[in-house]
This record gives sequence, C-alpha cells and structure tokens, in this order.
Amino acid sequence: MALSREQMAQRVARELQDGFYVNLGIGIPTLVANYVPAGIEVMLQSENGLLGMGPFPTEDEIDADMINAGKQTVTAATGASIFSSAESFAMIRGGHVDLTVLGAFEVDVNGNIASWMIPGKLIKGMGGAMDLVAGADNIIVTMTHASKHGESKLLTECSLPLTGRGCIKKVLTDLAYLEIEDGAFHLKERAPGVSVEEIIEKTEGKLIVPDNVPEMTFA
Amino acid sequence: MAGFNKVVNSYEEAMAGLEDGMTVIAGGFGLCGIPENLIKQIRTMATKDLTIVSNNCGIDDFGLGILLVDRQIKKMISSYVGENALFEKQLLAGELEVELTPQGTLAEKMRAGGAGIPAFYTATGYGTPVGDGKEVREFNGRHYIMEESITGDFAIVKGWKADTYGNVVYRDTAQNFNPMAATAGKITVVEVEEIVEPGELNPSEIHTPGIYVNRVIKGSFEKRIEQRTVRQG
Repeated sequence: MALSREQMAQRVARELQDGFYVNLGIGIPTLVANYVPAGIEVMLQSENGLLGMGPFPTEDEIDADMINAGKQTVTAATGASIFSSAESFAMIRGGHVDLTVLGAFEVDVNGNIASWMIPGKLIKGMGGAMDLVAGADNIIVTMTHASKHGESKLLTECSLPLTGRGCIKKVLTDLAYLEIEDGAFHLKERAPGVSVEEIIEKTEGKLIVPDNVPEMTFA
Repeated sequence: MAGFNKVVNSYEEAMAGLEDGMTVIAGGFGLCGIPENLIKQIRTMATKDLTIVSNNCGIDDFGLGILLVDRQIKKMISSYVGENALFEKQLLAGELEVELTPQGTLAEKMRAGGAGIPAFYTATGYGTPVGDGKEVREFNGRHYIMEESITGDFAIVKGWKADTYGNVVYRDTAQNFNPMAATAGKITVVEVEEIVEPGELNPSEIHTPGIYVNRVIKGSFEKRIEQRTVRQG
C-alpha cells in the first residue's frame, strides 16, 4: 500500500532531531508538525518572519497580524522570535535552518528539483521555494512517486523549469524513501506492502537497489 | 512640518507627488501588514502605469488588488501572485507585466537598494528561469547569480506605532517586508495605528529609524484575514 499523507508526515518526522530549526512547506510537510517524536524539541521557522511557530489560535486568540507563510492565522510558541523578511531569508540563505521539508513536481538523479512552474498553466510564483532549496543543506522532498497516469516523477532529468539545481539529497515518496548520490537514486526503504519491482517500474531515473530494502513500519 | 516632525494629517498629503509611471515599493505579506489606506489613496488618485514592488498583489477587493480595477499597475515585481481573478485576466491579456522574483531575493533587493548596494550575488535561482540572462560567478566552487537591487520613487509602509520623528515599530508578523521597503523609497510614507511623542518608544526597540521616513500618518485599519484557521479552544 502506498503511504497516506499522514504516514508520509510520520516518516519525515523521524528525521527530526532535538534542537532542530525546521522549515515546513505547504501540504504534507505542514503535517510533519503533528508527529514530532516525544522527548525532542524543534522550532518551526515560517519564512514570513517567525521562528517558533505555535499551533493555530483559538477563536479568541485570532490576530490578523499573526500569520504563517501559508497566510494562515497562527500563534507564536514560547521562546519565539519575529523579524523582517530579510532577516528570515538570511537564516534560510545563510544555511542556518537545520531541516527543510517541501513538495515537488519532479526531482532528478542530479538533485535538481522542479516545484513551481508548469508551462501553459497559470504561474503564480515561486514564493520562498528557490531560496529554501538553495540555502538549505538538509532538505527532504515529499511527493508522489508517479503521476495519476503512472508517469514517474523521479527522473533522469527534470522536464519542468527548475526551482534549484543540485540541491536535493533525500526524497520521500508515497512508495519509498530514497537518497540521491553520484547521479542515481538509492532505494533505502519501501512503503509497507510495496514491492521493489513496483518502485523500479515507477522510477525513470537511474535507481540503485540494495539486496535488502527494509519496509517502513508505522505504529 | 518643523524640524523632525514627519506627521501629515491627510492621505492626500501622505501621497502627494506620486505620478504616472513611478515605482512604488510596498510592505506586506499576503494581506498582513499592508498599507491598506495608502493603497486606497493611490486608487483615489488614479495614478497610472505604476510599477509595484511587493511580495503579493492583494485580492480582488482588498490590498493592491484594488489598483487592478482601473488598470493602474503596469508591472508587478513579486514572489507570488494570482490570488485574484482580475490579476489573472490582465496577465493573460498581456495588460500586466509580472517579474517573478524569489521571496528572499526580493527582500534582499529592497534591503540592498536602501543600503546603497547596487547588486549582490546569490545562489537562489541559479540554473532556473530566474537566472536566465544574469551574470554568473563562482565562489568557493558554487555558482551564484547577480541580482540588482531595487529602489522606489515611493515606499508605502504599514507600522504599528511611530513617534512624530518617524521612528517605527511593527507588530508581530505584520513586520515582514515593511522594514526593507521603508529604507528603499525616495519618499517613504508610513501609516500606523498610533502616533506617540518622541521619547515614548524605547530607542533599542525601534525597527525603522526615522532617518528613512519622510511622512507619517495615523490610519484606521480593517486588517482583513486571508486564511482564518483556528483550533478548538
């Protein structure tokens, strides 16, 4: 079975370490905040200028001046700081954020990522995605392994305009966890009940498969 | 005006001197921390062919989106746009030019512009459509593109409190692009919720020193919320 969105978030959350500053993109990455392992502390960075993002406000706490990068009303966690956009991107571009999690349309064997523009469709913009992928060393991309029509999104070369070049090393899809190194995807884990053959079939880019590919487990 | 007193008492006065074809840098992220009344004043003035530098372009009936109604905007320099139907329509009809700029690059372009730095190198956008046609330099084995800074004829800024000398503090995440915008205008206009006397703000806690600010006006704000999200209390 392919992973659910929640399971993908759970799997990503296992990469969190105590004391990490983390930027979570919109969609599945946002759900990661719900699965921070017990006993560790992380601080969420929101690129509109908030380090230490708390939960959504109660009806009484709603404040138009307090939003996250998805423009949702939020609260500040204890110990949070608030700053300008330039300061926020100094953190991101200066490599100070420990982990960035974001979605993508395509990734390729050279660590290129395409996530913001589909030619012919209305282009809304890249927001902070290009800064995040260029600035962070530790990035996890969350995406579906293949399109609804079965076309692989893990490619030899991205077909869509890029968000960043050579910056992705870790990919979690609904089928597998893979790492990118030396011009290939390396299969590290597979979703429960998903065969190695299915992953091979749905990976267009060069894929290195070890003899033993452990199955992810979920409580 | 006398000495360092920057306070003006009408929005006409606040935006006096804005002309067709000018570049206006605006603070705000989504609808948060936008100079909503200064934008309304631009709408009233019916100024045309404006280049607007702002992270976003508001929505159809609020924020910068209202300047689309009479096609006052010629060009937007933004990181994310299109939350409004009118924007999409004018873009597809070729009536509106958009220069999509990565959010961090946009903030840095304003910051550098205000600081007298004409250009800078960044890894952001290298090897992407954003880097097309831009100078590439290699530093320590990594590629960077040259990005030019931005200054505006006007900067329009939303603060929380200002003193009459134009020292400004922002509130919560309504800060966003406002401090950089404030530095990058030939004429910087700040609208705030409260104006206090000099000395009432703690000098160590001022975000935008008055040297950047030409005009201050007290407004009243709707502060519309774009995505109202709550948890059960």
